[in-house]
Amino acid sequence: MTGEHRLARGGRVDRARPLRFTFDGHAYEGCQGDTLASALLANGVHLVGRSFKYHRPRGFLAAGAEEPNALCTVARDRARTEPNLRMTQVELYEGLVASSQNSWPARGFDLGAVNDLLSPLLGAGFYYKTFMGPRFVKGTTLWAKLFEPVIRRAAGLGVPPKEADPDHYANRFAHCDVLVVGGGAAGLAAALAAARAGARTILCDEGAEMGGALLCEPDATVDGMPAAAWVAATLAELARRGATLLPRTQGFGYYNHNFVALAQRLTDHLPHVPAGAPRERLWQVRAKRVVLATGAAERPLVFPDNDRPGVMLADAARAYLQRYGVKPGTQALVVTAHDAAYRTALALARAGVKIARIVDTRPRPAGPGLEAARAAGLPVTVGGTVVGTTGSLRVSGAMVAQASGTGATDFETVPCDLLLMSGGFTPAVHLFSQSRGKLRFDAETQRYLPGDPAQAQASVGACAGSWGLAAALDEGSAAGAAAAGSGAGRSHAVTGDHAGEGGGILGALPHGRDPARVKAFVDFQNDVTAKDIKLAVREGFRSIEHVKRYTTTGMATDQGKTSNMNSLAIAAGALGRTLPEVGLTTFRQPYTPVTFGTFAGAARDDLFDPVRRTPIHDLAAAQGARFEDVGQWKRAWYFPEAGEDLHAAVAREVRATRAVAGIFDASTLGKIEVVGPDAAEFLNRLYTNAWTKLAPGRCRYGLMLDEPGFVMDDGVVGRLGPDRFHVTTTTGGAPRVLNHMEDYLQTEFPELKVWLTSVTEQWAVIAVQGPRARDIVAPLVEGIDLSAQAFPHMAIREGRICGVPTRLFRVSFTGELGFEVNVPADYAAAVWQALWERTAALGGTAYGTEAMHVMRAEKGYVIVGQETDGTTTPDDLGLGGMVAMSKPDFVGKRSLARPDLVAPGRKQLVGLAIEGRTVLEEGAQITPTADPPVGTHAIGHVTSAYWSPTAGTPIALALVENGRARTGETVFVPMPGGAIAARVVGPVFHDPEGKRLNG
Amino acid sequence: MRFSLANLIRQSFAGHQGWPAQWRDAAPKPAYDAVIVGAGGHGLATAYYMAAEHGLRNIAVVEKGWLGGGNTGRNTTIIRSNYLWEESEALYNHALTLWQDMSQVLNYNVMYSPRGCMMLAHNIHDVQVFKRHVHANRLAGIDNEWLSPDEAKAFCPILNTSEHIRYPILGATLQRRGGVARHDAVAWGYARAASALGVDIVQNCEVKGITRDASGAVSGLDTTRGPIATKRVGVVAAGNTSHVMAMAGVRLPLESYPLQALVSEPVKPMMPCVVMSNTIHAYMSQSDKGELVIGAGTDAYVSYSQTGGLHIATHTLDAICELFPMVRRLRMLRSWGGIVDVTPDRSPIIGKTPVPGLFVNCGWGTGGFKATPGSGNVFAHTVATGEPHRINAPFTLDRFRTGRLIDEAAAAAVAH
Ligand SMILES: Cc1cc2nc3c(=O)[nH]c(=O)nc-3n(C[C@H](O)[C@H](O)[C@H](O)COP(=O)(O)OP(=O)(O)OC[C@H]3O[C@@H](n4cnc5c(N)ncnc54)[C@H](O)[C@@H]3O)c2cc1C
Repeated sequence: MTGEHRLARGGRVDRARPLRFTFDGHAYEGCQGDTLASALLANGVHLVGRSFKYHRPRGFLAAGAEEPNALCTVARDRARTEPNLRMTQVELYEGLVASSQNSWPARGFDLGAVNDLLSPLLGAGFYYKTFMGPRFVKGTTLWAKLFEPVIRRAAGLGVPPKEADPDHYANRFAHCDVLVVGGGAAGLAAALAAARAGARTILCDEGAEMGGALLCEPDATVDGMPAAAWVAATLAELARRGATLLPRTQGFGYYNHNFVALAQRLTDHLPHVPAGAPRERLWQVRAKRVVLATGAAERPLVFPDNDRPGVMLADAARAYLQRYGVKPGTQALVVTAHDAAYRTALALARAGVKIARIVDTRPRPAGPGLEAARAAGLPVTVGGTVVGTTGSLRVSGAMVAQASGTGATDFETVPCDLLLMSGGFTPAVHLFSQSRGKLRFDAETQRYLPGDPAQAQASVGACAGSWGLAAALDEGSAAGAAAAGSGAGRSHAVTGDHAGEGGGILGALPHGRDPARVKAFVDFQNDVTAKDIKLAVREGFRSIEHVKRYTTTGMATDQGKTSNMNSLAIAAGALGRTLPEVGLTTFRQPYTPVTFGTFAGAARDDLFDPVRRTPIHDLAAAQGARFEDVGQWKRAWYFPEAGEDLHAAVAREVRATRAVAGIFDASTLGKIEVVGPDAAEFLNRLYTNAWTKLAPGRCRYGLMLDEPGFVMDDGVVGRLGPDRFHVTTTTGGAPRVLNHMEDYLQTEFPELKVWLTSVTEQWAVIAVQGPRARDIVAPLVEGIDLSAQAFPHMAIREGRICGVPTRLFRVSFTGELGFEVNVPADYAAAVWQALWERTAALGGTAYGTEAMHVMRAEKGYVIVGQETDGTTTPDDLGLGGMVAMSKPDFVGKRSLARPDLVAPGRKQLVGLAIEGRTVLEEGAQITPTADPPVGTHAIGHVTSAYWSPTAGTPIALALVENGRARTGETVFVPMPGGAIAARVVGPVFHDPEGKRLNG
Repeated sequence: MRFSLANLIRQSFAGHQGWPAQWRDAAPKPAYDAVIVGAGGHGLATAYYMAAEHGLRNIAVVEKGWLGGGNTGRNTTIIRSNYLWEESEALYNHALTLWQDMSQVLNYNVMYSPRGCMMLAHNIHDVQVFKRHVHANRLAGIDNEWLSPDEAKAFCPILNTSEHIRYPILGATLQRRGGVARHDAVAWGYARAASALGVDIVQNCEVKGITRDASGAVSGLDTTRGPIATKRVGVVAAGNTSHVMAMAGVRLPLESYPLQALVSEPVKPMMPCVVMSNTIHAYMSQSDKGELVIGAGTDAYVSYSQTGGLHIATHTLDAICELFPMVRRLRMLRSWGGIVDVTPDRSPIIGKTPVPGLFVNCGWGTGGFKATPGSGNVFAHTVATGEPHRINAPFTLDRFRTGRLIDEAAAAAVAH
């Protein structure tokens, strides 16, 4: 038995496949095809949770995505724990473990329910008016110390998982001719018409089964087939025609240029998840045309105590009955402003549910529903209303009254254990609105409907405001055919249609009860009542956005699917304005909540961001290198030998390089090949230096400025020929510099004949530095005369090394004689190996970025991004000589002449000499006195600081106001433990004459 | 009526019928002594301080939509003052000081919550830059501490400090007085307090033109609710500033970008503070309601569209899941965007313009919420007296001519 309230037959569940599950520790049985909601209802469970603020007992309001009340946590294990799931969408599987939320100790007896007693205090926005506490309690406020923590603990819905999510998520990009969102009658017909016309079609639907409302239409036929059979036939044909069918897939975001994001659930419905199967998939679809067939959702009626378990939307009850074969109650009272609820009443009556009353709030309803109900002998009260309910954990009666113009006081209590309501239907225009289409308000039917589409898109069926099966099918077919570019759609033969139904009401039902004493809920999850909305209006919140924010209506996890139109109408009523005058809140992505992991997809762990490794990486690793992250690159940081820490290794690497030689993997340097007849002119405009006279075969250190005149990048530029330059950039700056160059080339200097190619990954670079560098390189090189005369410092030659092509630079970033060997990346490992063998044989070393930093600092060479911070000019760095002010123009030239860039008192690069052995901290501030009081102006800061193995002392570089003029002065570096004195010196600590690198 | 527990209790017996409108729904008068354009937090705070501290009561704030509906109502409310340059330190710390007792001063619970704002370092360059901030802030008397990865983990236990992630956390700075506040309450609190002092807050009133007299000085505004005569105008229009200033022929060095944010469904408390990572582009805190509040950097292209691209959200969330791997199963509830006005040096422009009588307060970009009280306070001084306050004196428009930039982005590339 899959629940005592299960009908013996009917519906789309498989009674032969019972499924066991637990809810709050109690074991129940449902069957295949159930949702957690339908299975619990089949077992007579209506009370499933407590509301957010007042902890009111709550049951199922809806049967689908719009459910505001019935949230639960489903846990497979500690990590696979999902809070806040809508039970109406949780598919049942064998062994499912679910629990209710927001109640303690139990959902039947919840201490939090005292909030309901305190509710007169806790109305809209109460927290803005109190809890401010006295001004100050020891540096903090009572709010932060006392009230906020209490409120926080009380708020929040479910408990978040405690462990990392072990599942993984997939991502797919797709293109199609026609994307259809929504697989009900309209969407199926649209997809079929499109596919028949040969269009590549994708059809998605959030449900486990396609068919939408057709799944609850056992009595209707389409083209002579029962509705369900038509659904099956259509799906089969779509599959045959190659359409992509995506059940369990919601369209959640509609972006520009028909870019639509879909979220697909893949495994949550399975009892055992296949190993390695992705849990969900993000589809990023670019569609030529989009057809929205997202349906409509029923609205609750707003009357006092409309939130008790057992109070349900009429259409939801019909879904439970006809799709799941569950009787949601034994004695139903139906209160409605729309004809559709009659269908529910009749269906329930046929299933043996007693209809205690149908209360139609309309003074003069008409139509087949009413007649059929009367014919079936169901008691109907016309022009009635419900002014309250009785019951505590389940509704036990409805207070039925005659609706008069001013409100009703005389009521009769009609016993019932199921109270069904229908306020009419709200078209699901979420995606249409996200697509930037303008909604229009249809005054006659009091609905917001899609206006003119803003993109290549059409809305069909209930989401476009039409009603009835035939209308949905025909509209869908026409839109699908049009989207596929093949003319008209077809019309369908339908029986059991409900085309003539209509009605609906917005806002609260009138009641004569003391408004201070009753609560008529509008937003069920956030516990917002009609009273709250009126209070907000009274307090001057006149825009609907203000009302929403002040009351939190529409801000719960259902995003106001059942509440927004009612709150809008109540606000409009209180303001005495029309709905369009009050405005509409924005429909934001996502349509229903989407898992973070689905967005993140495969971007996790090592795939979080690509790891860039140089071709020498593995050899360096084999040599014991430790690596540091520099942007996406892994760079060899230092090469410790047994027992060495960073400092010991670096000291050894520096000493060995300066005494013998070192080799260094500089492959991460950015490289851009600048080619074309105007290449030199282009560089003239992008760099401060003059390039015209640089002879082929020579290189020069180039400085690049940004528009405001500050140093942006630097690097050696070699001229290979009249029209060809090999430009190097900093490691981190490579993409930025290429963008910057392209930007200027394309927008400012389109007349220049220049082409830019990033060759960072084509050329690997091995720096060989030190007095023996030439001896190491020479035997391996062919075709290049390495003598000092033939190949001086700052020269570049093309030739071969180890038999492979090389661009050999004679440059130094250490202050020693040096070469930078550029070889095609594929040969880099072999060349490194050859160079390393010779280096090692001579007693040299491999060194990493840290030793490189130390050596360049000893030599006073700057690192862009360390000595500079985007406020530093060439002159600040002592590099004023690199700026060819005589050039007609270059990027940043005009800015360099700005008053503040030439004003006295700018910070200038200096060295700092420190007594003792303390290495300063990079970033430490510099003051003129040892004991600076708080608020003292810093005259500079330390940019680089190392222990210098060469000098045998700590060294530092710093930017100091008027620094060069302060040479010899003592300045102070205030630290928490006291200031450190330092003497201002020149920035070059090693070989100031440059003898070594010219050797 | 004052907001207090006593009045709340009293009103709860009276069905809350006695609460008056929090601000008057003013219609524009023909003339004012001064008009502020833009009823965001900054504009409302400006008007409040003009009334409260400078005695100007015949003034108005005009707003094209609903008050607080711009970036003030869209931001992720991170508050901190541990900026690098002395000029910024003074400005943001002035604001942070005003946050401390704003609720009491305005008699509106703005829920300022000094939960601590932590910024993560993922590489050696980050470490250098953050330590520079710590040292600079210490000299300026601004709290900002350096935390080891273990200390960071102790402060925020859900942080993934494993050494084996793609960009391991090498340390963090923490400003304990940093935190969050309730954005709407800030706008409403200032609106209510300003209105009570006589300031007219005129909503649904879009400025369409700025009129000038023969001397070139401001003489009034053309609005969708009619002309308003005034000799002093303060423009505080965030992402729309370029448009408004163009009405007076003033060009500003501003670019407008979409900036997105998102929240999760509410869950029980899991996140005790604010954590920001600039290197991997994401930050997160948890609201009092239980939603995780998440954001990142701007879209790459200038635009006035408040819908940003999906790829920004995906990158933001992959970073968040990397830092907090247990949130991967939580769900995005809502996402949205605002238009932020960005200056070349990422610092605001607060002061005079070449047009006499016209003042501007803009360029707050991705990080101006935290400055709301301080910005309003010094801008009120500027508009009321015609001269900048000591604190906003460096934030001139002229600095882009002289080159005296206050480049927070270049120094650290820190947003928010
Ligand atoms: C997603 C996002 C996240 C952010 N996160 C943070 C954060 O964590 N911390 C932080 O400190 N900052 C953050 N910011 C930045 C912060 O929101 C802004 O810097 C700040 O709110 C700006 O306030 P404002 O009052 O100047 O602007 P706004 O609140 O935008 O107010 C400007 C007002 O001017 C009005 N207006 C414009 N044109 C006209 C006209 N012609 N006539 C009349 N009125 C006009 C607008 O309608 C608007 O109401 C974020 C911003 C965004 C978008």
